Amino acid sequence: MSKKTLIVIGNGMVGHHFLEQFVASSAAPDYDILAFGEEKQLAYDRVHLSEYFAGSTHADLAMGTEDWYTEQGIELHLNEPVTALNRDQRTLITPKGEYHYDELVLATGSFPFVPPIEGREHPHCFVYRTLDDLDAIRASAKEGKSGVVVGGGLLGLEAANALRSLGLQAHVVEFAPRLMPVQLDADGGALLRHKIEELGVQVHTEKATTAIVAGENARLRMNFSDDSHLETDLIVFSAGIRPQDALARASGLNVGERGGIVVNDQCTTSDPHIHAIGECALWDQRIFGLVAPGYTMARTLASVLNSHSDAAFTGADMSTKLKLLGVDVGSIGDAHGQTPGARNIRFNDEQTGHYRRMVVSEDGKTLLGAILVGDNSYYDTLLQYALNGIALPDNPEALILPESQGGAPALGPDALPETASICSCHNVTKGDICCAIDAGSSDLAGVKADTKASTGCGGCTALLKSVVDNELEKRGVAVSKDLCEHFPYSRQDLFHLVKVNGIRSFRTLISQHGKGHGCDICKPVVGSILATCWNEHILATDHVPLQDTNDTFMANMQKNGTYSIVPRIPGGEITPDKLIVLGEVAKEYDLYTKITGGQRVDLFGATLSELPVIWERLIAAGFETGHAYGKSLRTVKSCVGSTWCRYGVQDSVGMAILLENRYKGLRAPHKVKMAVSGCTRECAEAQSKDFGVIATENGWNLYVCGNGGMRPRHADLFATDLSDEALIRTIDRVVMFYVRTADRLQRTSVWMENLEGGLEYLKHVVLEDSLGICAELEEHMNGIVDTYQCEWKTAVEDPGKRKRFREFVNLPEQRDPVQQWTTERGQRRPVLESV
Amino acid sequence: MRTRTCWNSVCTVDDLVPESGIAVWTVDGPVAVFYLPHRLPALFAISHADPFSGANVLARGITGDLGGEPIVASPLYKQHFNLKTGACLEDESVRVKTYSVLLDGNRILLETRETHQEAVAA
Ligand code: SRM
Ligand SMILES: Cc1cc2nc3c(=O)[nH]c(=O)nc-3n(C[C@H](O)[C@H](O)[C@H](O)COP(=O)(O)OP(=O)(O)OC[C@H]3O[C@@H](n4cnc5c(N)ncnc54)[C@H](O)[C@@H]3O)c2cc1C
Ligand code: SF4
Ligand code: FES
Repeated sequence: MSKKTLIVIGNGMVGHHFLEQFVASSAAPDYDILAFGEEKQLAYDRVHLSEYFAGSTHADLAMGTEDWYTEQGIELHLNEPVTALNRDQRTLITPKGEYHYDELVLATGSFPFVPPIEGREHPHCFVYRTLDDLDAIRASAKEGKSGVVVGGGLLGLEAANALRSLGLQAHVVEFAPRLMPVQLDADGGALLRHKIEELGVQVHTEKATTAIVAGENARLRMNFSDDSHLETDLIVFSAGIRPQDALARASGLNVGERGGIVVNDQCTTSDPHIHAIGECALWDQRIFGLVAPGYTMARTLASVLNSHSDAAFTGADMSTKLKLLGVDVGSIGDAHGQTPGARNIRFNDEQTGHYRRMVVSEDGKTLLGAILVGDNSYYDTLLQYALNGIALPDNPEALILPESQGGAPALGPDALPETASICSCHNVTKGDICCAIDAGSSDLAGVKADTKASTGCGGCTALLKSVVDNELEKRGVAVSKDLCEHFPYSRQDLFHLVKVNGIRSFRTLISQHGKGHGCDICKPVVGSILATCWNEHILATDHVPLQDTNDTFMANMQKNGTYSIVPRIPGGEITPDKLIVLGEVAKEYDLYTKITGGQRVDLFGATLSELPVIWERLIAAGFETGHAYGKSLRTVKSCVGSTWCRYGVQDSVGMAILLENRYKGLRAPHKVKMAVSGCTRECAEAQSKDFGVIATENGWNLYVCGNGGMRPRHADLFATDLSDEALIRTIDRVVMFYVRTADRLQRTSVWMENLEGGLEYLKHVVLEDSLGICAELEEHMNGIVDTYQCEWKTAVEDPGKRKRFREFVNLPEQRDPVQQWTTERGQRRPVLESV
Repeated sequence: MRTRTCWNSVCTVDDLVPESGIAVWTVDGPVAVFYLPHRLPALFAISHADPFSGANVLARGITGDLGGEPIVASPLYKQHFNLKTGACLEDESVRVKTYSVLLDGNRILLETRETHQEAVAA
């Protein structure tokens, strides 16, 4: 049987999602699949489009790879718009040719609506939808000082933030009397406006633009119907979207009065061989301008094409939760209380800028909708009540009151019905999660991989974790958090015990809070905690036995029992004189010499007794210990930066040295690596580090929790355009919060993945001080900086400590006979015969 | 044939590091001596050679107890050795040599093969 042909027009979020679903289905082998996209780029995550301005690239945002398309046998035609359909012949036409289809899927999305204002064709007028749009806006902003967004809705405010991040004075012009008129009421809108104006964005409501003309002090001038005007260098229209239904319209498919390709519950149009999904589709007279309903349509259609005729799209929830210019905004269900008889409960605290409104049914039993401004931590609970029709408690106001005023704790995962939707992006219910666990997933990562939950917008991360933890616990899988047989505590608990009770030695801690004598698990952990808390020398008598050999001898043990020496070379910058000293020392002690992957020099093969002598030489030449042995800051890698490089926008070497000198010596749960790049070309590979800093025109972008090594993780963008001071303050806080809360041997990447609430939570804690601990974190860090000592300097100057560096205490001159050497490529290396 | 043994003074109390080990050179080769002041007896001695790597490093491991037994963890690949028996906890077939060790006044005495030249410098 010859294959049929399936064509998808539109390579956007929904088109791509459909293909993912379809190729995994049993019908896939029956089809040749083609995909057409008008944009140059492969489908990308439009929801996170604005991150493009913060340094993300198309590759970061891409939904898949071209390789994936090839592997799946999908013929991909990018940059090839479909210009016409010929439904009788079942063909479609593009500038490059004509193609036959058996089944056709329209996933053409929508386009921004630009109101018919005179002058809107001006070259400095833009829309905000595609990467190309953003490139054009960026180019225009370069020379400009101010920018206006027309439209104060969700996307408009996001665009305003983008203009701000490009260094422009941003304005928002809205026709309605308030911001986000669709999602918010008057009080909520007013509060949001206030918050946004505090951030320096000027809001102009009830303004209707009549014309755009040349400006006097700026490129453009907008004239309003009330005879006022505003000058600006560029304009972004964000006045709503319109379904992209041009092909459907021209080929005579049914379209809605106000646009949109009419589809039935199976996402099929008035032509049985043509289907439509995503923002271009009109279902039950409605267009869904969010990605989750589009994904649901995509899944429905994939099932339908697999001859599951009972699959049906039954509408979608349009609740939204987002952060606009740093302000939490949430809108759930019938937010405006349009249901007959609906009653309102409001909480409004102008002091803190928090506004919450619940819309409840006439009988007070169910939640119909809600509005949140200022604090979205109430969102998940409210959404669950609304979506699942869970009966409200007798005092429903408790759900929106702050806890201090008798607010109810969040709805526990146990109270959710099996049908409760946990992840709306991937349509995962609590029941699906339970199935995945019963089928063998034993942790959060497993459930994520099996169900895809929380791999879309990420909004459900915290809820998912609490459901998974709860279900695991119910099945008795609760993983013991005990550190080892000596301490019934986690590392975090121990940290608190040490800090709060002022404990300064392992003995005291184990006698008061543990049992036995300790082991190689708990001792280094406690050693590290004591070092972080009190910063005493690691070779202080009490602490010596706690350390791994590498820490005890402040060098890394090699396979034959000799050690390597890694002096600190901050930022990778080194003078010729110092290089010469390294060469001389290496030559004298016959040390194998290698440039490390961390921009410094490693000298291998020193015996225990040689270590202090060699360090004396190095210290005299101005070197310090590099902590290559410690669970502590390793290197801050740098690129050459603006002092030499033609593209550099900041002095990355200077910043790397500053950071390295600040954080050197800090003991942490695991090693910490940093890097600073002088521009977005990122030659220092900062995004693979625990802390990555990338220079911008206006300062520094900070990325956190990246990892190279065994399981690489891209760092997350944490804050943008920071000044030097703000950068250091922010790193101080994140570092100390990590040090206090991470598990044993948990790199920042894994810590982040396990952090309840994830990146957003960390931002709350660090940028908004939601726990009120930032001052303490900074103070702690400053204390550590102030008590820094080069451990090697202290050790070589202290005869008591030096005594430790004897190979054999009774025969100082005795060489270890198993340390045998051979020469390779001009240097010495060990030969070790197994005994 | 029975090997004759004798007690050699290998170092003094000052050379020991509480809760940790030091290495001494003996006629039997390198030996690791551990001082765990919170146990009775407080002194243990085992071969300094790590059977898994061949390197002389066991004295530089972290000490402690597992299931009440005194142990040291090899600093190289982290296997645990019982300080009383020399048994490796991870691999039954592996056992390191143990030595009797005594405190005599200020001196640490170790029982090794008999030898005429005393390998003692302390
Ligand atoms: C010397 C060096 C290799 C080299 O010749 O270039 C090196 C050598 C070692 N690395 Fe590394 N790593 C070196 C750069 C790296 C890098 C690259 C970098 O930092 O840019 C990575 C990946 C980046 C990262 O960490 O995210 C790296 C990822 C690891 C890992 C995996 C960590 C992870 O979280 O996945 C380990 C194992 C561990 O720490 O548990 C490790 C462990 C080790 C140890 C400590 C293994 C050991 O216990 O003996 C090696 C000790 C060397 C010594 O005796 O001095 N090394 N190691 C590099 C020293 C850099 C420096 O100047 O400090
Ligand atoms: C800045 C921004 C922020 C957003 N934030 C959120 C959010 O927080 N939450 C949320 O749920 N949603 C958000 N959205 C909306 C979300 O991006 C859309 O719902 C989603 O992209 C819809 O997917 P789609 O595939 O239907 O359309 P699109 O992603 O627009 O894809 C349609 C594709 O089809 C192509 N195309 C059109 N016509 C043709 C043709 N004739 N031939 C070939 N190709 C064609 C288009 O070029 C486009 O690439 C946001 C959107 C923007 C712009
Ligand atoms: S990659 Fe492995 S072998 Fe190479 S230096 Fe790192 S830890 Fe050692
Ligand atoms: S709701 Fe978006 S990822 Fe789960």
